[in-house]
Amino acid sequence: MAFMKKSNGSRRSPFAAVLVIAAGLALTGGGYAATTAAVAETAAPAAADAAQLDTGHKLFLANCASCHGKNAEGTNNAPSLIGVGAASVEFQVDSGRMPAQASGPQIQKKYPQFTADQIDAMAAWVATLAPGPAIPTDAQLEANGNATRGGELFRINCAMCHNAVGAGGALTEGKYAPSLVGVPADHIYEAMLTGPQNMPVFNDANLTPADKKDIITYLKYVESNPSAGGYELGNLGPVAEGLFIWIFGLGLIVAITIWLGAKSN
Amino acid sequence: MSKTNSPDAEHDYSGGLAVIAADKIQDPGLEPHRVRMTDKSKKHEKAASRQVTAMFVASAIGSAFAIYAYFAFPLTDDLGSVRNNTVLLGLGITLGLLGIGIGAVHWAKTLMPDNEVSEPRHQTRGSEEVRARAIEIIKLADSESGFSRRKLIRRSLYGALALFPLPAIMLFGDLGPNPGDTLRHTMWKKGTRLAKDPTGTPIKASDVTIGSVFHVIPEGLADLEHHKLEEKAKAAVLLVRLDPADIKESEERKTWSYDGIVAYSKICTHVGCPVALYEQHTHHLLCPCHQSTFDVTDACKVVFGPASRPLPQLPITVDAEGYLIAQSDFTEPVGPSFWER
Repeated sequence: MAFMKKSNGSRRSPFAAVLVIAAGLALTGGGYAATTAAVAETAAPAAADAAQLDTGHKLFLANCASCHGKNAEGTNNAPSLIGVGAASVEFQVDSGRMPAQASGPQIQKKYPQFTADQIDAMAAWVATLAPGPAIPTDAQLEANGNATRGGELFRINCAMCHNAVGAGGALTEGKYAPSLVGVPADHIYEAMLTGPQNMPVFNDANLTPADKKDIITYLKYVESNPSAGGYELGNLGPVAEGLFIWIFGLGLIVAITIWLGAKSN
Repeated sequence: MSKTNSPDAEHDYSGGLAVIAADKIQDPGLEPHRVRMTDKSKKHEKAASRQVTAMFVASAIGSAFAIYAYFAFPLTDDLGSVRNNTVLLGLGITLGLLGIGIGAVHWAKTLMPDNEVSEPRHQTRGSEEVRARAIEIIKLADSESGFSRRKLIRRSLYGALALFPLPAIMLFGDLGPNPGDTLRHTMWKKGTRLAKDPTGTPIKASDVTIGSVFHVIPEGLADLEHHKLEEKAKAAVLLVRLDPADIKESEERKTWSYDGIVAYSKICTHVGCPVALYEQHTHHLLCPCHQSTFDVTDACKVVFGPASRPLPQLPITVDAEGYLIAQSDFTEPVGPSFWER
């Protein structure tokens, strides 16, 4: 309740104050439990940007500032968030990578810690710091592009790390390119746009929004169509397939050979 | 096992080239015969007979199923149909063949007679009569054909046989010609624009933001009619923009980059895989084949793995319209080592 009063003081319009109270109630009423979703839903669409920004700022100070700095200027532990854009915030927080669980070669995915509205609020606030990539629209994310072209672009730009069908792969010193199976379209789009962690950036001049749509279409196509060549064994290629045939194929041949040579009792 | 191998028989015949050692370890003879369950009890015999029959019946079912699967799961435009067709057809044929094999072996092992039998080996050397007869036949053939007598025929035959393999040796020439200096040059030359793979769209320096990676081909490669893949295999380039403060550049290479944008050959100097796993924060380029790692900030020197040379750098600059262009071809051959390198 304390922070609600503080923010109230900084607003001039009484209308805004009402909205801040509404947003504050939505937030505090639900606490940090997942049950806020239903309450926030009623308040958020009506909320003016000012209220949302304020909520975002508060959430940032409470959850992100300890590493990224009070003004998102970055510290020794974490990069500056000035100019990373709303897309970066939604990718990192909605995929559960942020707030980071532990330091290590790579920040791991986990269950997201915030509701969609809280994430939107943080993304909106970070976007005000400096211009940066925006959250893609629903039309950009629809998997109705050209899968063949998407496949070619994916093989040229992505497959060396993420594997030809997006099964993921190893990088150096404990880092890895994650599997793209089951990753929602907005995360794929935002990752290309912002280049999270060690992934390079693929801006709109490199892969146009149409290119990105085609890549998403390809990944969703691969996901929903069975492999023509039989069981995928994780789609990891010669390592998994070789291991399987050495253990089970050769094992079967050895077993048959022993049976052939054994006397019947 | 056989009696003729015993030491006292050693002097009776020649063993040809085989080395016959005196049998220091005495021949233990045959193991005592073990009577099988199927010989002892009628019940087991019947069971074995049923098992063999069952295997043959399973084989027949497998073959019939393969025919059924071929028609019931036809190949259509749907990729999934390929999988069903192959897997089920294959399982049917496998059962068909495996059933016959296992049934036959089981039959032989359990129901056919299993008395141990030993057979002595033949001598390697033929008998004196057979050897004399062979020499007689050869001499007769020689005198009848006149091979020794007709020198002209014999020598002309030798000549013909000596020349016969020569055309084959000549055909080996078609494996060439030698590559000449094609391994030392690529499509890049002064003023060639850097273009996006696969579309061939030229790239502006302003498009390449920090942390970006562009997979680059020379402009015009996409329109090549012939040797497109050969040219691409040599000319492929990776374009990265770094913070200029991060780059360690030697004096001579100071002019090779443009405002932090550097271009390196994408072909690994180890065995030529495309090196394209770029880590944005460590600035390491990793080759997926053998984990050679190159440091993009430090002239792509090898920091790990089997590659022996840094990746060659393509000197770049911008033209009047702001597009990235090559200053020249690579200054050294790209890709793995070759004999004349």
